[in-house]
Amino acid sequence: MLVFIGRRFALMVLTMVIVSLLLFILLELQPGSVATKVLGPYSSEEQRQLWLEANGYLRPLWIRYLDWLGGIVTGDFGESVRFKAPVSDVLWPRLWNTAVLAFWTFAILIPLSLTLGVLAGMREGSVLDRAISITSIITTSIPEFASAVFLSAIFVFALGILPGTSGMTDGFDPLQLILPAMVLILYDVGYVTRMTRASMAEVMMTPYIRTAVLKGLPFNRVVIRHALRNALIAPFTVIMLQVNWLLSGVIVVEFFFAYKGFGGLLLEASLNQDIFLIEACTMVAVFVAVSTQTIADIGYTYLNPRIRLA
Amino acid sequence: MTDASTETAPLLEIRNLGISYYTRAGEIPAVIDFSLRLDAGEAVALVGESGCGKSTVAMAIMRYLGRNGAIVDGQIFFKGRDITTLSEAELRQLRGGEIAMIYQEPMSALNPSMTIGDQLMEVPIYHSGASRAEAREMSISMLEDVGLPDPERVIASFPHQISGGQQQRVVIAMALMAKPSLLLLDEPTTALDVTVEAGIVDLIASLAAKHRTGMLYISHNLGLVLETCSRVNVMYSGEVVEEANVETLFNEPRHPYTKGLFDCIPLPDADKDARPLTPIRGQLPLPNERPKGCNFAPRCDFFEAGKCDAGAVALAGDEHRVRCVKWQDLKFDAVSADTGVAAGNPDQEEVLRVDALRKYYTLHDRSIGALISGKGITEVKANESLTMSAHKGETLAIVGESGCGKSTFAKVLMGLETATTGSVSLSGETIGDTPVRQRSRDQLASLQMVFQDPNETLNPSHSVGAQIARVVRRLSPDHTSHQEIHRRVEQLLALVKLPAEFALRKPRQLSGGQKQRIGIARAFAGNPSVVVADEPVSALDVSVQAAVTELLMDIQRERGTTLLFISHDLGVVRYLADRVVVMYLGRIVETGKTVDVFSPPYHPYTEALLSAVPIADTRYEKKRIVLEGSPPSTTNPPKGCPFHTRCPRKIGSVCETQEPPEVDAGNGHKIACHIPLEELRAVEPVIQAAS
Amino acid sequence: MTVDHATRVPTSNSTLRALGNAWRSFALLRESKIAMVGCGVISFWIVVALLAPVLAPFPPNAQVVPFQAPFAAAPDGGIFLLGTDQLGRDILSRVMWGARTVLFFAPIATFSAYVVGIVMGLAAGYLGGWVDDVLSRVSDIILSFPVLVLYIIIIATIGASGINIVIAVTFASAPGVMRIVRGLVLDLRTRNYVAAAQTRGESPWYIMLVEILPNARGPLIVDACLRVGYVIITIGVLGFLGLGLPPPDPDWGGMINEARALALAFPHMTVIPCIAISSLVLGFNLLADGIREVSLHD
Repeated sequence: MLVFIGRRFALMVLTMVIVSLLLFILLELQPGSVATKVLGPYSSEEQRQLWLEANGYLRPLWIRYLDWLGGIVTGDFGESVRFKAPVSDVLWPRLWNTAVLAFWTFAILIPLSLTLGVLAGMREGSVLDRAISITSIITTSIPEFASAVFLSAIFVFALGILPGTSGMTDGFDPLQLILPAMVLILYDVGYVTRMTRASMAEVMMTPYIRTAVLKGLPFNRVVIRHALRNALIAPFTVIMLQVNWLLSGVIVVEFFFAYKGFGGLLLEASLNQDIFLIEACTMVAVFVAVSTQTIADIGYTYLNPRIRLA
Repeated sequence: MTDASTETAPLLEIRNLGISYYTRAGEIPAVIDFSLRLDAGEAVALVGESGCGKSTVAMAIMRYLGRNGAIVDGQIFFKGRDITTLSEAELRQLRGGEIAMIYQEPMSALNPSMTIGDQLMEVPIYHSGASRAEAREMSISMLEDVGLPDPERVIASFPHQISGGQQQRVVIAMALMAKPSLLLLDEPTTALDVTVEAGIVDLIASLAAKHRTGMLYISHNLGLVLETCSRVNVMYSGEVVEEANVETLFNEPRHPYTKGLFDCIPLPDADKDARPLTPIRGQLPLPNERPKGCNFAPRCDFFEAGKCDAGAVALAGDEHRVRCVKWQDLKFDAVSADTGVAAGNPDQEEVLRVDALRKYYTLHDRSIGALISGKGITEVKANESLTMSAHKGETLAIVGESGCGKSTFAKVLMGLETATTGSVSLSGETIGDTPVRQRSRDQLASLQMVFQDPNETLNPSHSVGAQIARVVRRLSPDHTSHQEIHRRVEQLLALVKLPAEFALRKPRQLSGGQKQRIGIARAFAGNPSVVVADEPVSALDVSVQAAVTELLMDIQRERGTTLLFISHDLGVVRYLADRVVVMYLGRIVETGKTVDVFSPPYHPYTEALLSAVPIADTRYEKKRIVLEGSPPSTTNPPKGCPFHTRCPRKIGSVCETQEPPEVDAGNGHKIACHIPLEELRAVEPVIQAAS
Repeated sequence: MTVDHATRVPTSNSTLRALGNAWRSFALLRESKIAMVGCGVISFWIVVALLAPVLAPFPPNAQVVPFQAPFAAAPDGGIFLLGTDQLGRDILSRVMWGARTVLFFAPIATFSAYVVGIVMGLAAGYLGGWVDDVLSRVSDIILSFPVLVLYIIIIATIGASGINIVIAVTFASAPGVMRIVRGLVLDLRTRNYVAAAQTRGESPWYIMLVEILPNARGPLIVDACLRVGYVIITIGVLGFLGLGLPPPDPDWGGMINEARALALAFPHMTVIPCIAISSLVLGFNLLADGIREVSLHD
């Protein structure tokens, strides 16, 4: 097991290094364009040369890359052009806000979708199953921006019970968290439910469930003891991968509700060509995605005795 | 329990049971007018080919028919109570408590993520309210009863950590935990190797006798039924067509279908030249396309219009019941099979020669399991110094159980794998290390293969004609124009006795036997000198097996093709092979002419293998030799003789340390064993005519 | 290469037979109500897209009267059935023309991702070895990016245009398609008909394209339907974030983006394009589910 975890981590580091290299080549291959982006299109040729020299851009590419990579590893991401501040000062508070949003989203999403999925898959083809299945197809068909529009129209425009923006200008307000979290949950719940249902339905069809039933066990014992553990192995991976999915979702949601989080920051950085902020945000996003993937893989092996004790 | 009614009532009595499935196509009757009586301690068999409804009966007794299945008629009395009227709670008491079941695939019948102990302990916990400690005690003693070594270890293991034979023992233990009075066995040994099967059959018989358990034994294997049961029900297309005491049924079958089944099985006295098998023509009707009257009528040689197709046929007779309107007039000897083509004497011309062939795999196992254990690379010794040759027109059988390396050997021959060392030559050209892509067209055409599984031998996306045409185009250079190819495809279809319209069909419109015929047509498209047939009939039903086997042999005889017949079925091998190679763990343990291999001197493995094969004929008697355990893994084969870990005739440490020498018993009969030849000669034959 | 198999042996009209097969598949699909609803929704939008120039009451970019609610009267005597936007453009007409945009780019982008993904997946699954290692590693890296981050970086680098969206979708989706194809190939390559093709000396690409690919079509068709739906969402999201097709041409996502600031005052400007996009995606998802259901029955 330790060997496996070691390998998985090595793979994760390798992926991060390759991603960083790609990112660096994409954004910083030509020092001239970096200078233009940092100093603005109206800077003079002379200013740019001075800036390049002062920031070590005249060194060979690979030294610059190693220097940059060293900075990232030690938490030094450079200076944000747009916020006129070190990237790390801007990044961490924003990341925290997103973590809060993500926490509440998952805290509701996971129990909700697992319950619905198990209920639906337990008796395939029942009325409950069909209702849950159809509903989840519908909710997954509504993109985040659309559900944001619909929910705002209902709760803000028609009912007027929730705030339409979540800027949190006067400090943290849990009320402002409701709509963004609802949008994220609504889009994702259907998907995780369907995955859980499929897994559960498949397990309920297996010969070993037949064995359990024909042993004379009560149905709830069959479901809880025999089916659940096998049925939840697949959704575990799916849920871990939802972190990756959520990182996309928060961009839309934070943009829509003006929530000051990581996704909004990444979008703002891209739209303003804030090169060091883009690099930092991307590296953080890929880091989160790759580490959840790693946890998913390790967890999957742990949950599955057939692999764990092969 | 001392109630008078339960004393006199049979353990299980089924009266006029009807079971239907409801599909989009409407109601499909799966079982019609089924009656059965089973007394305590008695073993009754339900025999039939796939799709005859035999497993459905077992599921109906458990009242487990799925959402779309239902009992539409009749009653099932268990100890005098009608199962069809029980409530869910009463059913739970019955299931696993009074009636238990043993399944075909032990691996999938056990929950992969629960320990064996937990799965066993549930039974007493739920059925007799035992505590965990008591349940554990009971589980351990039950595991001992089913002959599992080290029950303490087994109880803490997960199913995948033990072998298939051991898994089936666990399933049996689980079934017997609550001391049921009725055991339903649904093909309990079909998924196991024959030598493992023998052990399981013995175990079930001894345990059932000990607890006086009634058994309903479902099987397609008539030989196995003869060894295990006292009464037999033969099912065909949802109905019992014949029911009798086992001796009576085997000695004087009355229904044409039963008789036909026996004629399809290669019994010890069958001979491909003098007494060939007589297949049943046609195929099983689909449940919604059953004929009016007798279901077997379209395939029956005794069919009489106006009589057999007049209306539903009832079971007639008393102790020996038959569902046939003409049963009193039938005389089976009248339609004895016509004698086959005269024996073609195999040429002495050597077509295929294999010399010291060795195939090792290095497995780069990238599965997570391998990564965890850090054993990314393991060496599998699939074939170890194989030497053999095959002559023109000869049938050479390669026999062995799963994992003996016979399929790997076929792959090396075909060039799908290359030999590690050693050589293979085909008509004098060396091909052992020529991968298939580098073989010339002539080499490809002259060595072709018939595959095992009919369902994946043909590409489901393309029509039969297109698939044969492609082979013709690739392998036979003299057919180039469209018309020529077209004509050749028709010829090939005719060769395998299929009408030309079949060219337009897609594989899904074909039955298993028809698919295998197309597979044979494809193999013979390029006029091969050698055809490798890898278990070509083992996935087919008995009646179809005979037809496909006969067809293959006819074509072979006609064309003088050399046939390499790979099989685990000794009955078929004895019937059709000229010479036999017996393999165990990648090595040849015995080789020789068929008659020589099937009579002493035997290699101890061959002897055990022969004794393990059930024979569906009361005129023979055989020695019972039950091997311990299952074959060791090829990644870590035993030192010395590969068979020493299971050998009942092991003579001492020499077997563990030294590779056995190959001893020539004359006439090309070679045995690799340390036991002196004289001693092996003195062994009495495994199969003898009953006294 | 495929021509060989197409020449059916007992010659008959193979086009007719292909049509017959297609009809049979469709007849099978008709047994699934879900699939039929999906088909209906998709057909509705295809008809709208095709006939937009005829059906739309106003030119899509004509600025008539701003901020009109649905059913408001237009100055030329007509009616703004779905109201107008902040620039006075008729929303109904823009939604109709927007259907053209999305139903043009989404299938093209999906198709292109499929071509790339299938070739990669076949090669990785069938050839194995270093080809598999390289292709799998590359797709792992692409898939480790949160999708939208990837889109934003690509579009921010190469600029927003129709063709660039197709490129970005191909780049981001092909690895997913590849994984599915690779998994199917790993299963199908062990079939005996593949071994039979090998033993008659067929080339690897013949085996991949003629023997393996046709048998992978079932799961791939289901995935393709889901993926078209997802690409429609992606195009919408990019438009919504201001990274989509450049204005003024109508694009559903773009319409929502432009009206976003006024959404609380005039919800119809955003709600209507949202309904359009959601219903179209729903159509594809229902179709996919129906196909899966029907294919499981067989």
